[in-house]
Amino acid sequence: MDFSFTEEQQMIRDTAEAFLAEVSSSEAVRAAMVTEQGYDDAVWQRITSEMYWQAIHIPEEYGGMGLGYIELAAMLEQMGRYLLCSPFYATVCLASNALLVAGSEEQKAEYLTKICEGKLTATLAYTGANGQWDANAVELLASKEGEAYQLNGTLRYVPDGHTADLLIVAARTPGSEGEQGISLFAIPADTAGIDRQWSPTMDQTRKQAEIHFNQVSVADMALMGEEGNAWPELAKIIQLATVAVAAEQMGGAQQILDATVAYTKERVQFGRPVAGFQAVKHQAADMMLKAEVSRSAVYYAACVAEEALHGGDLADQLAEAASVAKAYCSDAYFQNTATAIQLHGGVGFTWEYDVHLYFKRAKSSEIFLGNGAYHREKVAQLILD
Amino acid sequence: MQLSFSPEDEKFRAEVAAWLQGNLNGEFEQLKFRGGPGDEHMFPEERLKWEQKLAEGGWTCVGWPKENGGRGCSIEQQVIFFEEYARAGAPGRVGHIGEGLAGPTIIAFGSEQQKQKYLPGIVSGTELWCQGYSEPSAGSDLANVKTKARFDEAKGKWIINGQKVWTSLAHESDYVFVIARTDPDSLAHKGLGFFLMKMDQPGIEVRGIEQITGTSEFNEVFFDDAECEADDIVGAPGEGWKVAMGLLGFERGVSTLGQQMQFQNELDEIIKLAKDNGAARDPVIRQRIADAHIGLKIMRYNSMRMLSGGDGGSLQKEALIYKLYWSTWHRDLGELAMDVLGPEAEMLESGPYQLTRLQSMYLFVRSDTIYGGTNEIQRNIIAERGLGMPKEPRVKL
Repeated sequence: MDFSFTEEQQMIRDTAEAFLAEVSSSEAVRAAMVTEQGYDDAVWQRITSEMYWQAIHIPEEYGGMGLGYIELAAMLEQMGRYLLCSPFYATVCLASNALLVAGSEEQKAEYLTKICEGKLTATLAYTGANGQWDANAVELLASKEGEAYQLNGTLRYVPDGHTADLLIVAARTPGSEGEQGISLFAIPADTAGIDRQWSPTMDQTRKQAEIHFNQVSVADMALMGEEGNAWPELAKIIQLATVAVAAEQMGGAQQILDATVAYTKERVQFGRPVAGFQAVKHQAADMMLKAEVSRSAVYYAACVAEEALHGGDLADQLAEAASVAKAYCSDAYFQNTATAIQLHGGVGFTWEYDVHLYFKRAKSSEIFLGNGAYHREKVAQLILD
Repeated sequence: MQLSFSPEDEKFRAEVAAWLQGNLNGEFEQLKFRGGPGDEHMFPEERLKWEQKLAEGGWTCVGWPKENGGRGCSIEQQVIFFEEYARAGAPGRVGHIGEGLAGPTIIAFGSEQQKQKYLPGIVSGTELWCQGYSEPSAGSDLANVKTKARFDEAKGKWIINGQKVWTSLAHESDYVFVIARTDPDSLAHKGLGFFLMKMDQPGIEVRGIEQITGTSEFNEVFFDDAECEADDIVGAPGEGWKVAMGLLGFERGVSTLGQQMQFQNELDEIIKLAKDNGAARDPVIRQRIADAHIGLKIMRYNSMRMLSGGDGGSLQKEALIYKLYWSTWHRDLGELAMDVLGPEAEMLESGPYQLTRLQSMYLFVRSDTIYGGTNEIQRNIIAERGLGMPKEPRVKL
């Protein structure tokens, strides 16, 4: 048993940190977040051509680096720390995972290769407007018409949905309910009948979109997996994506702790740094506890996700490990940023300081794919029902 | 990262489990799940016999080096031993202070003579130890020890005077290790000595402390011209603090997974109750049970990080937060147990004041956030060592 990073994994993490410190400064984040696109093309270009991060956990046969989910989590932690504005999460943690789990050989060969080449961004769109995150979220309708499918309806809360080149879409057979009747499709975003609109959000660092499907006709070769029986695959895709959000949350929870400690060491009142007051120290200690416990949860969940993708004894623990990590990290990140505002005092309430960026990102990450209460209920179902 | 144990370690696990299954029965059957924290006063004689049974099988002091009589187990094997021990429901160890604290201190800092005199009794489970650290005015401020040690030239012995408190197992122990002030003019952690003393002597008196549970596993120990042999000071006079604190740096938490197995037993009991009495359908209770389950799962992952030696840095932050994390989790579990029970929470096992296991747990866990460094002290330590925030000011007298 060795539950620590290998030297190579540490190197990946350190490289990511150094690069992001350069390209994802406060100024860079603020410049990107006020655009509708939400990211800087030049930075994305460097990530995909110099760093090759988009290829990290894709098998080598599709042009990937063939590393694992632990390496991916190590990078996501740093992206969370630096609030990186990029289509990375949507492309890699949503769409690439979807292709890996449910894509046909042809779909993987075509799309994963393009993603690895940096020529394609993508996302997963499965949620309608009902505010659910499980199978009930799927509201888009797919009717079979001859050799094709016709898709109709509205998708909401789709990360980078307005900019992605490829949409992995979940839709259901008319009349079906719950986990039944769900199909997955890989659809180029410029297909006729798809109307995409940016949804301005309180957290500006991660963009969301609303997507309308109006009699969109897709060929059956766009179908991923079996028609009407894609829920097990979609569930796994969502769980993998959930682990990835938790990794970002953990990085954010750590970063806001570091920023808060640094600030309280500089801020002098009553003739001494406020970091010396026990009322401040104890809140900072609680923040560190939450960051460290989050880290333990995420590293474990990443190990499970790795085995879920590539085989191993822990593969069947994915649902639980994802919910354990997301429940804890959602609350920890939110609480750490809330405490950070308090410990920064007045400046924590300003637009000028970055604390609010983390406070807002914490809330949007908490909501996305289900908050703490949602994931606790999922765990409760596993142990109580 | 490699989460599973090696095939050799799994073989070791099977060996431990088989031995426990073959021996934790008959006269020892009644000891299952007994004698843990909050229950340490139960079955003292039977548990002493069990300790000796363990020794016969070579299952005491498994982490000690072989040359000191131990089994020489690796970190992984120690983890496995403690985990299987708890899984089997084997009783709280009466020898744990000797095995976990006195012995390792003697191995690290003691003389050859001390090793030969004291270690065999710990390994064989025939001699029990207790710890003389806390005093009425030295709790969180442990260095504020007032107990005095002076060397009597005529007798050729150390003479100890003072009082220790919160001494668990003192009434059953053969020996106590004591920190006492060898330099009467010294302050704080300077001028202390570390003494190994026989309990059965006229100068030592033990009085039980009746606790919140109505039972007494902690004691007060009074030293009135108690004697300690000249050879039984560990390290030099004045080095007692270094000796007392020396082991903390090496502690990597091999027993944490075993402790968590006990927590799991408690949580399982609560889950079963909730299913039986319908509380498991209450949405608020569901959230709290799930939260407890999540907290315990992550506690295990955190221990695995501790045991793996961290992520390359020398300071193990995951170890620094561990006490605050588990003690708070366990305290919450006690409250959850009562809320799951509903009105039955009040009903005693029997009169006049025989608590059920969960009642006893509920009351006893209030001490978890106090002993071994209160939550407040833990937060100071985390802020100062983990985050580099300014140290608490010390008042100079």
